[in-house]
Amino acid sequence: MTMMKPLALGLATAALVAGAAIAESHAETPPAVGARKAQMQLYAFNLGTLGAMVQGNMDYDADAATAAAGNIVKLSTLAAGPMWAPGTGADAVEASRALPAIWENMDDVISKAMALNEAAMAMETAAAEGLEPLQAAMKDLGAACGACHKEYREPE
Amino acid sequence: MRWLVNFILLALVVVAIGLWVTRPKTDDADLLAGLTADEAHGEEVFIASGCASCHMVEGATDEAKLVLAGGQSFPSQFGTFRAPNISTDAEAGIGDWEAIDLWNALHHGTSPDGSHYYPVLPYSAYIHLEPQDVVDLHAYMMTLPADATPSEPHDVPFPFSIRASLGGWKLLFLDDDWVMQGELSPELTRGRELVEAMGHCAECHTPRNLLGGHKTGAEWMSGAPNPAGRGTFPDLVTLDWSAGEIEEYLNSGFTPEFDSAGGHMALVVENFAQLTAEDRAAVAAYVKALPIQ
Repeated sequence: MTMMKPLALGLATAALVAGAAIAESHAETPPAVGARKAQMQLYAFNLGTLGAMVQGNMDYDADAATAAAGNIVKLSTLAAGPMWAPGTGADAVEASRALPAIWENMDDVISKAMALNEAAMAMETAAAEGLEPLQAAMKDLGAACGACHKEYREPE
Repeated sequence: MRWLVNFILLALVVVAIGLWVTRPKTDDADLLAGLTADEAHGEEVFIASGCASCHMVEGATDEAKLVLAGGQSFPSQFGTFRAPNISTDAEAGIGDWEAIDLWNALHHGTSPDGSHYYPVLPYSAYIHLEPQDVVDLHAYMMTLPADATPSEPHDVPFPFSIRASLGGWKLLFLDDDWVMQGELSPELTRGRELVEAMGHCAECHTPRNLLGGHKTGAEWMSGAPNPAGRGTFPDLVTLDWSAGEIEEYLNSGFTPEFDSAGGHMALVVENFAQLTAEDRAAVAAYVKALPIQ
């Protein structure tokens, strides 16, 4: 009996710690989710430069447009694996709208990510050519972003 | 006993008159006589009206969106509706329809066998289509692929399962007057056609009364809860986007914050992106002209 007591105590403590850890993972946003959102914010910031030119709120500037498009290309090539760790979707994390279907259809998600990379590269080329090619590329880039948001993001 | 017999007779007469007044209406083929079909314009009507967005197989993209096999579910407070097969298969779809059958479906909400369609088919918007639009749309739809998948039944409980009651709904809410009235510029007139008729924007963006009819006046396009239970459809009356931002959203799906359209609106954007820049500007002009006075 004397041997059993510390063991039981140890198990109980382990269970408590594990329970607390699980509770914490529900309460706190995992860094991966924050990293994904930061990446999306960087996309939006650079798209803002291109969008201002497309909508005529800023004069077309080939250098500024190419720099912004270049950033979007770089963002589309970040190694994404750790940022999309399993268990960080909307079903497990309050702050996430990433649908669990992402992890069930990873091949499709990857092909959509590659299509985004292609649209970003087309934008980089178009951004240097002139305003009209830039405007046309914006539609395809938007469609590439939307392809994932349509299928894999929980509606607000 | 005699009063009871009289009462029952009176009740039967009232029901008979009611059924007669609210019977499914149709027009004769004469209405479309002499109109020559323009397939290219029919394709524009098809895209602007978003036919594929609801009648394609769930999740279809690109060319597959033109296989109108149906099957998508549309939950509502009255039950769950399922989009039927409207491909050119003569058995499962509408391959054997004449242009007048399509007219009667879109204008009167009446099927070729003379029964009421549920207004989940947005005929309260399509009622504004011109005969020429429908003739062109029919010609274009007949060029699309056939698919033999049978349509699934709606899951609509009693009393809404009684289609005869839809005649009453139509009497109350089916109106061929435009919501935006008055002297309109050519751009606003086109915007109204795209928003109120083809785009059927009010189906999601306008709140409904208890019987499922659209509220009008200041509440027209003022946003509504999503009957699928997730979130709300945005209020377009107080939307503080510029016309240019609305046009950009309808073309690339980017919001002014460079988020992108999601859910069913992403499908709407895919359609509007295929229209001309002038058409997107016309829709933006309509939205900026809200609220309805």
